[in-house]
Amino acid sequence: MAKDMSKRTEYKNVTEVAGPLMVVEGISDVAFNEIAKIKLPNGEERLGQVLEAQTDRAVLQVFAGTRGLDTRDTSVQFTGEVMKFGVSEELLGRVFSGIGEPIDGSPDIIPEERRDINGDPINPSAREYPREFIQTGISTIDGMLTLVRGQKLPIFSASGLPHNDAAAQVARQSKVLGEEEEFAVVFCAMGITAEEANFFRRDFERTGALERSVLFLNLADDPTIERIIIPRMALTAAEYLAFEEGMQVLVILTDMTNYCEALREIAAAREEVPGRRGYPGYMYTDLASIYERAGRILNREGSITMIPILTMPDDDMTHPIPDLTGYITEGQLVFSRELHRKGIRPPLTPGPSLSRLMEEGIGGERTREDHSDVSNQLYAAYAEGLDLRDLVAVVGEEALSDRDKLYLVFADKFEDRFINQGEEENRSIEETLDLAWDLLTNIPKKDLKRIDEKWIDKYYPG
Amino acid sequence: MEEKVEKSISRMKEPSEEEAEGVVIHVAGPVIEAKNLRGVEMYEVVEVGNEGLIGEVIELEEDVATIQVYEETGGLKPGEPVIRTGEPLSLELGPGLIEQIYDGIQRPLEGILEETGDFIRRGVDVPPLDEDKKWEFVPVVEEGDEVEQGDILGVVEETKTVEHRVMVPPNKKGTIKDIASKGEYDIDETIAVLGNKEGEEEISMKQRWPVRVGRPIKDKKQPGELLVTGQRVLDTFFPLAKGGTAAIPGGFGTGKTVIQHQLAKWSDADIVVYVGCGERGNEMTEVLRDFPELEDPWSGESLMKRTVLIANTSNMPVAAREASVFSGITIAEYYRDMGYNVALMADSSSRWAEALREISGRLEEMPGEEGFPAYLASELASFYERAGSCRLYGGREGSISVIGAVSPSGGDFSEPVTQNTLRIVQVFWALDTELKNRRHFPAVDWLSSYSLYLDEISEWWEENVNEHWKSLRRETMRLLEKESELEEIVQLVGPDALPPSDQFALQAARVIREDFLQQNAFHEVDTFCEPEKQFRMLKLMMELYSTGLKAIEKGVSMDDLAAMEILEKISRMSNYPSEDWEERFNDLEMELNEEFNELEETLELSSPIEKEDR
Repeated sequence: MAKDMSKRTEYKNVTEVAGPLMVVEGISDVAFNEIAKIKLPNGEERLGQVLEAQTDRAVLQVFAGTRGLDTRDTSVQFTGEVMKFGVSEELLGRVFSGIGEPIDGSPDIIPEERRDINGDPINPSAREYPREFIQTGISTIDGMLTLVRGQKLPIFSASGLPHNDAAAQVARQSKVLGEEEEFAVVFCAMGITAEEANFFRRDFERTGALERSVLFLNLADDPTIERIIIPRMALTAAEYLAFEEGMQVLVILTDMTNYCEALREIAAAREEVPGRRGYPGYMYTDLASIYERAGRILNREGSITMIPILTMPDDDMTHPIPDLTGYITEGQLVFSRELHRKGIRPPLTPGPSLSRLMEEGIGGERTREDHSDVSNQLYAAYAEGLDLRDLVAVVGEEALSDRDKLYLVFADKFEDRFINQGEEENRSIEETLDLAWDLLTNIPKKDLKRIDEKWIDKYYPG
Repeated sequence: MEEKVEKSISRMKEPSEEEAEGVVIHVAGPVIEAKNLRGVEMYEVVEVGNEGLIGEVIELEEDVATIQVYEETGGLKPGEPVIRTGEPLSLELGPGLIEQIYDGIQRPLEGILEETGDFIRRGVDVPPLDEDKKWEFVPVVEEGDEVEQGDILGVVEETKTVEHRVMVPPNKKGTIKDIASKGEYDIDETIAVLGNKEGEEEISMKQRWPVRVGRPIKDKKQPGELLVTGQRVLDTFFPLAKGGTAAIPGGFGTGKTVIQHQLAKWSDADIVVYVGCGERGNEMTEVLRDFPELEDPWSGESLMKRTVLIANTSNMPVAAREASVFSGITIAEYYRDMGYNVALMADSSSRWAEALREISGRLEEMPGEEGFPAYLASELASFYERAGSCRLYGGREGSISVIGAVSPSGGDFSEPVTQNTLRIVQVFWALDTELKNRRHFPAVDWLSSYSLYLDEISEWWEENVNEHWKSLRRETMRLLEKESELEEIVQLVGPDALPPSDQFALQAARVIREDFLQQNAFHEVDTFCEPEKQFRMLKLMMELYSTGLKAIEKGVSMDDLAAMEILEKISRMSNYPSEDWEERFNDLEMELNEEFNELEETLELSSPIEKEDR
């Protein structure tokens, strides 16, 4: 916050405290979004942010909650600044709290620069279209849902599914072919349990990734309202590392569902007109201000690749949180409970999943010339296999033709061998595509209509 | 400050000194309140705060005005000034629009890039049109000519594809007192002087027009010419007429944007206005990077040379998003007035409606369905109704086709934006999540989509392509209908229970679905399919069906039909390049007949006894 606070007026006229909000009157010269320091009767200090600025009155949201505030002794000092976060290269290896204070026991960093955590939108004219293939070593992603540098690709999961393992595996194995440089990881926890946070921290430690990571932690028992600012702080750090320091940054945001709940809480406290399911009407815009910070910029070295994780309430993909996310992000990786029950891991189901930036990121120069066709063929064959599975459930396997039975076998093998893979198994793109060809031999060769004849001649096994 | 106002906005009605400035009293997000503004008009543009943020008045009470601000308001304080401009939100129209990319209120993004770097900072003031560029003006009128609004004074080659017609601005007429001779002029120089009752009036190549008001036309006529898009499912099954309106609703990932891009690339419009409204930054970047490289199949020039882009991405200020579609349609109208066929893509109209909802929420208006304001329907109509095929002043005709993407929440078409849009538009391209999951692209659902232009467009097809178009289309639709009925039976009893003719209908419908309705936007040939080719492809496929049915009657088995070699060849015919597809299609037709003849011959050879029995 601003260095010299002593000259700033201390207002004592708190007139209202309700939920996460408080109202202070008799003030002057207060800006919208300005940060305030709130001093409690017991001497404790908290941070608040102006949500509504009037000539002599302001509504503030209090980040650490309003417990302990009163309307007699509580005092408020405005800092004259919007929320900022100090950035420098020293961020790497550090752990921060929901309001951007170090919580790893080491001293404060000396910032190069203090940046507005809301950032500014990247000018579409300045963007570089993302097209560098990231090999995650996970076949379903690399082969059918390719991730590229600068993409935002969320994991749509649900409670009880192993999304954390998958995210950690992506963080561990991701690399751009032909480049030695490893990703710097910005990890932002919103309302997840200490156990989950420790899982990531241990994994980063074990693989040595911790030194090139920045952790932002707001755990399940930390103040809810801080969840609104913590991803913005994490992204401010990511933007600095990517666009000033030229690093390739991977941002993991988990769990976006908790973020949206916090957003709803504030909206409800302000008595705003609710949109669907009580979430505020501006949730799309708000989420976009987070997700759209991923990307690449022309003539700058670095990039921000983003993997937000969200748990779909009741496994429902039409719930506003996954729905609005899907409209902003460049695809989605959907986890299926059915595959999980079958013991397939990661339980990543290709049908509803999508990577919008795939076409540009694959092909001869980037992965392999047959990649696009093979991927299309896998989708088509697996979809047909799944249809037939449904049919078998009704009419029995006898009613199927020999050709149809081949597709059933294909679908089983595809799940067992292609989707299913070990937590430490790191498959190269060549291995993934060869495996795909191997599986495609299970269906009639003349059914490979999605694949150019050239590639069939060249790659068909045997 | 005063000077800046002077520069950026020319005043229509001068506010007096004391009423020109108000004071901010309340800031909460993109909507603010300011007092001391008695006399300010609804929808007047104001400059807010010390940074001069652009805002628009949307509510008045006594001397307090509620203002939506087109830029971020973080850090804005009560007490800062609000300065009136005396003008509604307006665009600058003139040569130099084409090939530009603007934000929602016509600030050029390239210009902002030069001013503030890779990130958009607020309070930037960049002129929309290049004021220094000299254009080669060729006059077409002479001194003494009587002219009125819409008459062409002269032309400028704006790009290789677009001849910019400099017109007498709306609501003006008179005698030409002076006209510039052929030569180079910038957009502010006088190129003509009109004499009329009011005196003399200087006219430059630049006009200003308020975005929320439609430009005047003589009248509208019924659209009847096909807007060729090169997309088989659209042109053949659910055609859009030039001057028509279409909606593309679909859940996320169903390919709304890909279809919009395909239309922007391949449709035979003269001018394309693409409005990226509250969508992804990378999608606009894709257009910016791809279009200059791509060749327009109609003119052979770069696609960018007929395109204007408006980008107000999801993370840019929400109020400017609301304005962006109106900015887009105003530019479209300007080129329509020159006599062009303009296509406008709005991606996505739902984001625009959400911006309305957000602003309305901040005004604490009584919400309608799902929190949207009660005037959602009329606002949508005020946008779509600016489309049309028009008779124009100056004796020309021109059209605007509007294609709006709709992003229904939860993929549920019963939500208000989809429903209100459907009440207005004539063409409905429904995208289906189930089709997308099986990678059937474009995921246009052929059973629920419709086009109300079919009758008019039939004539176009019959005149320009083939007289049998209508019946071929109808037969195909019947086959697809039949397939969906049969599928229901198959789900209950399995495919074997069907008679061979029905089994073959399923097979034929599958060919139509996979090889005709599906189209690969990323394949260099398949991405665009000319109408003649569409017709011939469909004709061959339906021939396969009718000949196959006859063969079945003669006793050819389903297995033999399913094993036919022609099937694989048909599946690849969409990839035959334009140089030789006609020849190769002719060959395929012969092969089809030959293969059927062979099948029937072997049948006769293998079962002579049966024959004798008869």
